[in-house]
Amino acid sequence: MIGFLGLDVGSVSTNLVFLSEKGRVLESVYLRTNGRPIQAVQRGLRQIQGLLPPKTVIRGVGATGSGRNLAGIIAGADVIKNEITSHAVAANRMVPGVRTVLEIGGQDSKIIILRDGVVVDFAMNTVCAAGTGSFLDQQAARLNIEIENFGELALKSRAPVRIAGRCAVFAESDMIHKQQMGYDLPDILAGLCEALVRNYLSNVGKGKDISAPVVFQGGVAANRGMKAAFERALQTEVIIPPHFDVMGAAGAAMLARDFVSRGAPTRFKGFGAAEAGFEAGSFECGGCPNLCEVVEIREEGSVIARWGDRCGRWSVRAARENIS
Amino acid sequence: MKVTFPHMGHLWICLKAMLEYLGVDTVVPPPSTRRTLDLGSKHAPEFACMPLKLNLGNFMEASEMGADTILMAGGCGPCRFGYYAQVEYEILKDLGYNYRLVVMEPPEKRISELLSRIRQITGNRSWLEVIRGIKFGYRKARAVDELEMSAMRLRPREIIPGQTDAALSAALDEIAGAGRPEDLPEAVERAEEIMRGVAWENRPAIRVGLVGEIYTLLEPFANLDIERKLGRLGVEADRSIYLSEWVNDHLFMGLVRGIRSSRLYKKSAAPYLRHFVGGHGQETLGGAVYYKNLGYDGVIQVLPFTCMPEIVAQSILPGFSRETGTPVMTLIVDEQSGDAGLVTRLEAFVDLLAEKRRGKERLA
Repeated sequence: MIGFLGLDVGSVSTNLVFLSEKGRVLESVYLRTNGRPIQAVQRGLRQIQGLLPPKTVIRGVGATGSGRNLAGIIAGADVIKNEITSHAVAANRMVPGVRTVLEIGGQDSKIIILRDGVVVDFAMNTVCAAGTGSFLDQQAARLNIEIENFGELALKSRAPVRIAGRCAVFAESDMIHKQQMGYDLPDILAGLCEALVRNYLSNVGKGKDISAPVVFQGGVAANRGMKAAFERALQTEVIIPPHFDVMGAAGAAMLARDFVSRGAPTRFKGFGAAEAGFEAGSFECGGCPNLCEVVEIREEGSVIARWGDRCGRWSVRAARENIS
Repeated sequence: MKVTFPHMGHLWICLKAMLEYLGVDTVVPPPSTRRTLDLGSKHAPEFACMPLKLNLGNFMEASEMGADTILMAGGCGPCRFGYYAQVEYEILKDLGYNYRLVVMEPPEKRISELLSRIRQITGNRSWLEVIRGIKFGYRKARAVDELEMSAMRLRPREIIPGQTDAALSAALDEIAGAGRPEDLPEAVERAEEIMRGVAWENRPAIRVGLVGEIYTLLEPFANLDIERKLGRLGVEADRSIYLSEWVNDHLFMGLVRGIRSSRLYKKSAAPYLRHFVGGHGQETLGGAVYYKNLGYDGVIQVLPFTCMPEIVAQSILPGFSRETGTPVMTLIVDEQSGDAGLVTRLEAFVDLLAEKRRGKERLA
């Protein structure tokens, strides 16, 4: 089999997909980053290799997510792309004609506006963590329900309670108040979904022209309560694409497929990269009082990349070619 | 008397020149760094904007170097900055610093108001000397601005990555090093020579206009080096405010002719915002229209978290963007030093602009 790999290394989860020659997602792996992105990428490579037939040939690799540079170096990526572009590409190919992409992940959320298949506007949450997956996780844990059951329970609500969604702290104290008043759990959960949707629309979606078709993706799209709350707020159908939870990785793989179709050989290091000895170290640069923490990635002992310096004294200067 | 002042980009080059020409002992605070911000945030009110925290840190670091007098700009109106000089002075007093404070309020009617404030620092120098000193500082500001402009044109086109920034820093040293007005023309000549030494090739660059709040636009530490980051992404940037233009508008009341002025922005902002809303809110809208008219690909607004005038402008920009089809992105800066989020947004915005330009070229 011949195909392409996409890696999305986020703060909470690391996802990999295998894309067929025709550009369809055939396999995907979703795992927790657990603060150790190198190990997560290596584990992911091992897992996806296990899902593929033995003689699979990887023609191209794309990396995205906040850990994209790291992932790109470990696996040997042909394309290293920011997550906004990657998500937009995947949404547009899976739901042709999409005009709005709502994406809520573990640690951030974004909105992407497309017209005729081209991104014309976007926003990412900047100053607020309310309305992301980790907050839902945390509340589910506090109420002692499995996050997987959160959505189903919320759907049972007939009268969602009003919860302040502007700030995670306000939301939590409001929820505790409502729970102690004796409101039903499904009503509180549905109220929380509505609060998060309100927060998202007025914070991330502020001033954006949201029109159908609307696609909802990212890990939180698994929560049916959130989908229903979006549909109520937007008064339109919200589409959840297949592979909604690995769209970033899918987009990166699609971009890699486009890239190598121009005739470039892949830089993929092979699945052996999963077993290679990578080490990340850091040191404090004493060149000026900024005291930047410079990260150093070593492969079998020799330095292959450095970053984290403000002035560019240490970093490998490869940024420009990664972008264009 | 040892005079210090807050940092704002390369403001120090022109203030130092002016003060030293007038025989005033000057202490330039160390460049704003992580330490400056840590010192400032520790003692500033939490909800104040980032410029206050950095100013405070600058004064604390300058005091370690022996400064005893603060020279600072004032202002009045909806932007809180006008009151920062007094607030910072009170905080420093509470912390036991013995600073003397001289606030340069922008002159309301006559330039003589400014001159009399400057004399508080310069003592018995003749008026002619004071005016010569101001002129010297202003000419340096202009020289610095022109070097920055040429760096912004060069960065996306340089052949060896990083060469432009190395040249810029060497060229700025030349300007800063010119001790007397008569040395300046030669220093400018040498600085330009250094910039001409940057090897470049003619490649098309995406053009982005930076608009927003003056401090975060001018201070690379505050905006996480946005101009350099854009340059590395192959973008030619320009910003709506340069030091010399600001000085001419606000301190000289537009005396110098033939350079860009905020009056232009006020006029071009008219379809969207016809009122002063404090700070540079109106200029932000005006700048956006200005760049659109020049055919720029997009506009980025930069502001410190909680900046009221810029929040007003931010809420009007989507309307401008819709009507004119100009992509606009807003970046809010605060104490965070991790720049991964900023880089992601910049890359995505540049992708968007590049895609839009390709679309246009296909139609043409």
